[in-house]
Amino acid sequence: MRELAGTGALVRLALRRDRILLPAWLLALVALAVTSAVATTDLYPTAESVAKAVSALNDTPAMVALYGRVHDPSSVGALAMLKALASGAVLVAALAVFLVVRHTRGEEEAGRAELLVAGPVGRSAQLTAAMVVVVGGSLLLGLASALALAASGLPLSGCFAFGLAWAGVGVAFAAVAAVAAQAVASARGAAGLAFGTLALTYALRGIGDAMGEQWLSWLSPIGWAQAVRPFAGDRWWAGLLPLTFAVAAVAAAYALAARRDLGAGLVPERAGPVSPGLGLRGPLSLAWRSHRGALAGWTAGFTAYGLLVGAVAGSAGDMLSSEQARELFDKLGNAGSLSDSVLAAMLGVLGVLAAAHGVQAVGRAHAEEDAGRAALVLAGPVGRTRWLLGHIAVALVGSALVLVAAGVAAGAVHALRLGDADQFARVMGAALARVPAAWVLVGVAAVGYGVFPRASGAAWAYLIAALLIGEVGPLLGLDGAVLGISPFTHVPALPGADAQWLSLFALAGVAAALVAAGAAGLRRRDLTGHQ
Amino acid sequence: MSSRDPVAALGLRKSFGRVRALDGLDLTVRAGEAHGLLGPNGAGKTTALRVLLGLVRADGGRVSVLGGDPWRDAVRVHRRTAYVPGDVTLWPNLTGGEVIGLLGRLRGMRRQDRVADLVDRFELDPSRRCRTYSNGNRRKVALVAALAAEADLLVLDEPTAGLDPVMQAVFADCVAAAVGEGRSVLLASHELAEVETVCHRVSIVRAGRVVECGTLTELRRLRRIAVDAEVTGAPGALAALPGVHDLRVEGGRVRLRVDPDGLDRALRALADLGVRDLQCRPPSLNDLFLEHYRDEVRV
Ligand SMILES: Nc1ncnc2c1ncn2[C@@H]1O[C@H](COP(=O)(O)OP(=O)(O)O)[C@@H](O)[C@H]1O
Ligand SMILES: [Mg+2]
Repeated sequence: MRELAGTGALVRLALRRDRILLPAWLLALVALAVTSAVATTDLYPTAESVAKAVSALNDTPAMVALYGRVHDPSSVGALAMLKALASGAVLVAALAVFLVVRHTRGEEEAGRAELLVAGPVGRSAQLTAAMVVVVGGSLLLGLASALALAASGLPLSGCFAFGLAWAGVGVAFAAVAAVAAQAVASARGAAGLAFGTLALTYALRGIGDAMGEQWLSWLSPIGWAQAVRPFAGDRWWAGLLPLTFAVAAVAAAYALAARRDLGAGLVPERAGPVSPGLGLRGPLSLAWRSHRGALAGWTAGFTAYGLLVGAVAGSAGDMLSSEQARELFDKLGNAGSLSDSVLAAMLGVLGVLAAAHGVQAVGRAHAEEDAGRAALVLAGPVGRTRWLLGHIAVALVGSALVLVAAGVAAGAVHALRLGDADQFARVMGAALARVPAAWVLVGVAAVGYGVFPRASGAAWAYLIAALLIGEVGPLLGLDGAVLGISPFTHVPALPGADAQWLSLFALAGVAAALVAAGAAGLRRRDLTGHQ
Repeated sequence: MSSRDPVAALGLRKSFGRVRALDGLDLTVRAGEAHGLLGPNGAGKTTALRVLLGLVRADGGRVSVLGGDPWRDAVRVHRRTAYVPGDVTLWPNLTGGEVIGLLGRLRGMRRQDRVADLVDRFELDPSRRCRTYSNGNRRKVALVAALAAEADLLVLDEPTAGLDPVMQAVFADCVAAAVGEGRSVLLASHELAEVETVCHRVSIVRAGRVVECGTLTELRRLRRIAVDAEVTGAPGALAALPGVHDLRVEGGRVRLRVDPDGLDRALRALADLGVRDLQCRPPSLNDLFLEHYRDEVRV
């Protein structure tokens, strides 16, 4: 096993590098599971109320598309954990992809892998170590969330089935990322491929569940997690699906790794232009060049999600007579029509995702500085504010663009289904209403980068806090002041609510002030990074 | 502080936490000269250059670059400076040619006539993506961009690290040509040979301050001369002569180092012993360098 020599040391190295990120992410997921359990079980005290809520959910294609079905009308656990299972699965998958790419292709791209492989470290050690860390982390997450759920009073067997479902997602996407990292020569490209797979498989099961085409859901690792049916049958054998898939995919990754040179991808590098085209002339166009690939991916994902939203929101209208559905959405705090409520809820999720895109885009500026490329530009006659605003502009425009894409897609499909052209403008407007709140997150990330570059991960923590506040805050009956921490709670629940222009402008103003503060911070501090 | 010298720094101080990177560094680069900043790893050379470029702010001291304050007037100063960082990282998905062109455009250069010639001389393939470049090739990209710039001051941090000897010679030619055009060069390095071939004046840095500064001739004049002789008589008495140091005798072979004003007397004494072979060598930069770093070298 000379190929694996040094794996143990690399595992320790990875754990040391992730000593904050990994525990923090796992804790956040366990917290998500426990708060969902506690918050929702209290809402449905009687067996009757559970059955009513379950049938309302299962009869609303929009909800089924987003989160899947509840397979046992008497199980409060299955009802309580439905949303957490699906949305948590996305977070688990994202963590797995991020970590595997970081410890494989990321190391290779940075040139550190060469340093290691040239020493007494086997060729497969890096991939193996990454898999050990992520698979181990997934299993630990499964165990921890099972125990935490059990402590909150849900049936023990279901708790472990829930843990198994989440762990399976982590294992499956670790394997997806392992293959992507072998196929694509850049770490960002590899992560993009794996995240694209995540978005696609999430949508597959959404369509499969909502349209009753079960075979589609069986193609998706997210679908496999739901196939475990925690608290509603606990089908343990479904845990074998991600395991089998992972074994096959990782074997493929090893085979790819054995056939390629260190640092190379599957596609050989071709010669490129010997001088820059007209589209590459300053800090803004340079920022655009480094963001555009990722932005294309995000836009495609938002468009697909928008199509899905448009397709299912109208069918909620069929349910207007259903007493249960009415009640369910009243609990979500919406007074308009049922399809408006569905649209508002789904666009709200998109607003948070658009903010995530913005935070990620500001992070590119930080990466440029760390790599020393910023110094190359800033040693020329380019001011720091101008350089930073290049990245911020792409972050602001990008997060608006993805929402517009989703709004166009959802609005067009919704208008067609209802045969009401006015719906297009309503849905578009509702999507645009999410823009200022997403910009606030861009501003927070800008302050983090410009003023507190060492703690710039705090923007992500704030985003996750805002997400949790939005998801479970109202159910937990949190205080208004706490809810107000999240910019998204200041967004009117459009369509079907008052536009509240004032709060939208206020959010945009806060975002502008934050960006200005971030730029001022950057002007006042030392540049760090490579020398 | 304003000054006609392209670079004038006085008493620069900079700490990173508890590490004192610059500890009262004085540095002057005169117009039209190539100035070497020589010192071992960690001496503070890169930090000094980054202060001069306004990338980091000094905790204390005064600095003027091309008559401006590099921290407050960064953009104005940078219009007339070009920089090659010590550790060149480039955009992995751009080609070398795109990076060179982009850095030129950022300077507002419409035409980049020199680039093609420089690319040829450095034997760089500008059509390759930066992620496929070796260390030396990435440095060539930064060098071509800097040398092609219409800059009055070139700031180069270990510019030939990773270049082969042929390319080092090309680099030396290019610096000589730049100086010939009246540009000034500040070059930080721990490579004595590089500084010796390229620079007129040298500042030797140690632990964040300049301990010696002057032209190579000036520095040498102050330094001991190495004498290596073969004599027939017994050389024991040489040790007692004023100005003679490090005397070593192996049979008839004598090696010693002597202060410039003791040279005359030492040579007479050697002649009296019957000289069969004699070499006198001025101190190389290496000797000067080692003299200052002897403590570290011993460790
Ligand atoms: N950003 C930084 N943070 C902390 N320490 C630094 C930083 N930059 C330089 N140093 C320290 O300052 C000292 C001088 O470094 P540097 O200027 O890079 O030296 P040189 O270029 O001469 O090798 C070293 O001890 C180095 O570790
Ligand atoms: Mg250095």
